[in-house]
Amino acid sequence: MELIPGVTTEHYLVLSLILFCLGIFGILYRRNAILMFMCVELMLNASNLALVAFSRMWGDTGGQVFVFFIMVVAAAEVAVGLAILMLLYRNMGTTQTDVLNKMKW
Amino acid sequence: MITEYLFWFLAFVSVFGGVATILSRNPVHSVLYLILTFFAIAGHYLLLNAQFLAAVHVIVYAGAIMVLFLYVIMMLNLNRLDAEKRTLIGKVTSAVSAGLLLLVMVGVARGGSEAGEAPAESIDAGLVENLGQVLYRDFLLPFEMASVLFLGAMVGAVFLSKKELNS
Repeated sequence: MELIPGVTTEHYLVLSLILFCLGIFGILYRRNAILMFMCVELMLNASNLALVAFSRMWGDTGGQVFVFFIMVVAAAEVAVGLAILMLLYRNMGTTQTDVLNKMKW
Repeated sequence: MITEYLFWFLAFVSVFGGVATILSRNPVHSVLYLILTFFAIAGHYLLLNAQFLAAVHVIVYAGAIMVLFLYVIMMLNLNRLDAEKRTLIGKVTSAVSAGLLLLVMVGVARGGSEAGEAPAESIDAGLVENLGQVLYRDFLLPFEMASVLFLGAMVGAVFLSKKELNS
């Protein structure tokens, strides 16, 4: 379905999937907790993009409201997560996940 | 069509920003590239006629969340990252698994949509009036719960950063 002239839902879906998989790749690739956290933000944004495209496709505002709630959860998550990372750095002196392996099985 | 070129340009910018976020050595550069990606995504929202969402996205993500990241990175003095010990097998495994996931999901996503125009009522679905109507009428309870979630997050962040409680 053409959302805007020349661009279909599929285009947006594939773009959002590419961004999502980039986020997954970043989480697996980087060893710094803050950068992994940023990759989680990238994945959330990829899903937001897909939701907005679907909202446009069906003419339904509900999808955009969902994006709002995802933004709310992301903001709360960042506030708490960065506090935890600060605490981690204060106590352990690093945010590298290959050093912080005490709970590794 | 101008919108088509705009879509491809924004798509290129967002993917480039994502790749540069992951691959750049300096965490501050990563944050800046991620902000570039977020601006490109806001441009996509504008293309999809979600104007209010685009404004909120820029304000919340580029204005608040990424600034928070920048603060933390500068406070922890991570400008020079300790050399990440990455083995070749780790790199290859992460690239292959993410690539395979992408392959599978794109395969699922393709060919699922039929031809046709987007419905006419979707043109103004992203305007503030309609969004406010839906948000304050149909989604009132989740909206209030989101405020409780924010309060909880605020209390949690303050509690976590109190020094004497954790020592």
